[in-house]
Amino acid sequence: MSEVVIKVENLKKHFPINEAIPFKKSTQSVKAVDGVSFEVFKGETLGIVGESGCGKSTMARLINQLIRPTEGVVEFKGKNLATLGSKEIRSIRKSIQMVFQNPYASLDPRKTIEYLIAEPLVIHQIGDAKSRKKRVIELLEVVGLSGYHAERYVHEFSGGQRQRINIARALALNPDIIICDEPVSALDVSVQAQVINLLKDLQRKFDLTYIFISHDLNVVRYICDRIAVMYLGKIVEIGTYEELYENPKHPYTKALLSAIPKENPFDKKERILLEGDVPSPVNPPSGCSFHKRCPHAMEHCKKDIPAFVDLGKTQKVACHLYS
Amino acid sequence: MSDEILKVENLDVHFRSSASIVKAVNGVNISLKKKETLGIVGESGSGKSVTATALMRLLPKGIGSIPNGKITFNGKDILSLSDKEMRDVRGNDIAMIFQDPMTSLNPVFTVGDQIEEAVRTHQQISKKEAKLKAIEMLKVVGIPEPEKRVKMYPHEFSGGMRQRVMIAIALSCNPKLLIADEPTTALDVTVQAQILELMKSLQEKNDTSIIMITHDLGVVWEMCDKVIVMYAGNTVESGKVKTIYDNPLHPYTWGLLESQITKNTLNGNKLPAIPGSPPDLRNPIRGCNFADRCPYAKEICKTTKPEPIEVEEGHIVSCHFQTKSNRLERKELVYIE
Repeated sequence: MSEVVIKVENLKKHFPINEAIPFKKSTQSVKAVDGVSFEVFKGETLGIVGESGCGKSTMARLINQLIRPTEGVVEFKGKNLATLGSKEIRSIRKSIQMVFQNPYASLDPRKTIEYLIAEPLVIHQIGDAKSRKKRVIELLEVVGLSGYHAERYVHEFSGGQRQRINIARALALNPDIIICDEPVSALDVSVQAQVINLLKDLQRKFDLTYIFISHDLNVVRYICDRIAVMYLGKIVEIGTYEELYENPKHPYTKALLSAIPKENPFDKKERILLEGDVPSPVNPPSGCSFHKRCPHAMEHCKKDIPAFVDLGKTQKVACHLYS
Repeated sequence: MSDEILKVENLDVHFRSSASIVKAVNGVNISLKKKETLGIVGESGSGKSVTATALMRLLPKGIGSIPNGKITFNGKDILSLSDKEMRDVRGNDIAMIFQDPMTSLNPVFTVGDQIEEAVRTHQQISKKEAKLKAIEMLKVVGIPEPEKRVKMYPHEFSGGMRQRVMIAIALSCNPKLLIADEPTTALDVTVQAQILELMKSLQEKNDTSIIMITHDLGVVWEMCDKVIVMYAGNTVESGKVKTIYDNPLHPYTWGLLESQITKNTLNGNKLPAIPGSPPDLRNPIRGCNFADRCPYAKEICKTTKPEPIEVEEGHIVSCHFQTKSNRLERKELVYIE
């Protein structure tokens, strides 16, 4: 495969609780991301899926260092970001941009579109007013809007158009990688398809790498080359979309895939219904964190943390059933 | 037609805003039988939730109005009931589940209190009996250790469990009709599967009719017998779920079905998408509401509203070019840049 753009190794983020109580030392922490390792190759789309609270979004923020990790390594083109100072990080963020979930909340309603899209250019002191304006119009056209939209305000745009503006803003600095945190979850189906097509086109045009976070398994299947499944702060299975969807190995991946609603009224689906809810990340179960809900749980699942097992080409799974 | 529980004829809902009248719903027809499930699908702003709110007569006073239409529920004319009579219907005969279980429960009362309140409003029973009923309802919706859980507050519950509590409240008085407004949109897929399963099994047990409002066609295939497809306040197509899937006729329904991502959508191919976005309902639209985005639109679509036509038994379409004698030829999928 091609060049590694992002390499994450044993990444951990623990948020201490009780911090607000004076004189009381925090003893417990929320283990939002708990020892995650993976690589992202140039030009690919890596999907991260999982239920809410599994650490997907924390993962995204750790990669571009919006929050600093408790432990572990985030490498961008061979440089460990976790040890860099905030000034250096800032310049590296030019290459790692984000698109957030809610296009109704991520754009300032009091600013014009031109201001919003030019803001990253201003922050990084690129070009003068005139060249920035040219760039804004160029970007608007790239994402399927028109130059005359530049003078308008956010409230004049629909959800899909707002997400296009967010994408234009992320593109402004010619990034290598864009982290999309649930970019289409707030959109209607017909608009969702437009935005997904746009993302795919841009990837081809600008040779972008995406990390695509979503809970919609159909969207992820469609847009991603490789997919990582997260559960309680850990990756339980990773592989190409074909491997994962045709031949899921981890019991959690199987349950997750079986929960996708039917595709047509004639579909007869075998469903693996999981019992109960995701346990609290403050006290994750010992051993394999999935053992409490797992239909195949064995005695040693309660004690030993399963290691990643290579299953052929690119598929890896963390489960005792395969070790 | 004795088992028809709900009949809605030509329902219009208008909202008054400072400058204009927003015609949120135009001429919706619903016919629902006992134990049937009807799905209402559409994008945001298509009038699905407004239709449901109108059925419960919960439109904001002075702003929302029903200028036309008739709602018959269980033989009663809903629109002519007094406020007091309507309160008896609400919760007792028709109950509703809302989208967001995080905000629809009161955070300062225990879950038990909130179920008891619903029961005691409609039934003459003692506090003690109500408490037992609350525990029983929690057991019915599959919450473990109900005796302990009744004394807990909503923040101690997860999203899926809160939605179960909402269902417990809605079903506590054995309603004949349950309106579920996007009941699983805020939930994860695994929890969504649990909740849909629960709703189906409770429907089986209590002979409840369900109106399921959703934008997710997967949920419709899963749950519903009949479906109404709404676009910008109009019903564009309605019929049996299997008919709509096998033989959809309205161009909007085609677009909606095609833009769904399924396992047959090839990774790498482009997705077909409907161009543009829904119209602004503040401005009156003379022709078909979908004309602006429709690849088949002709002159007549911009000037005249299409009438609903029953093309087959129970399959109704509102399109100028889809009639008993005339059919549109479906074009290749459209790809949008």
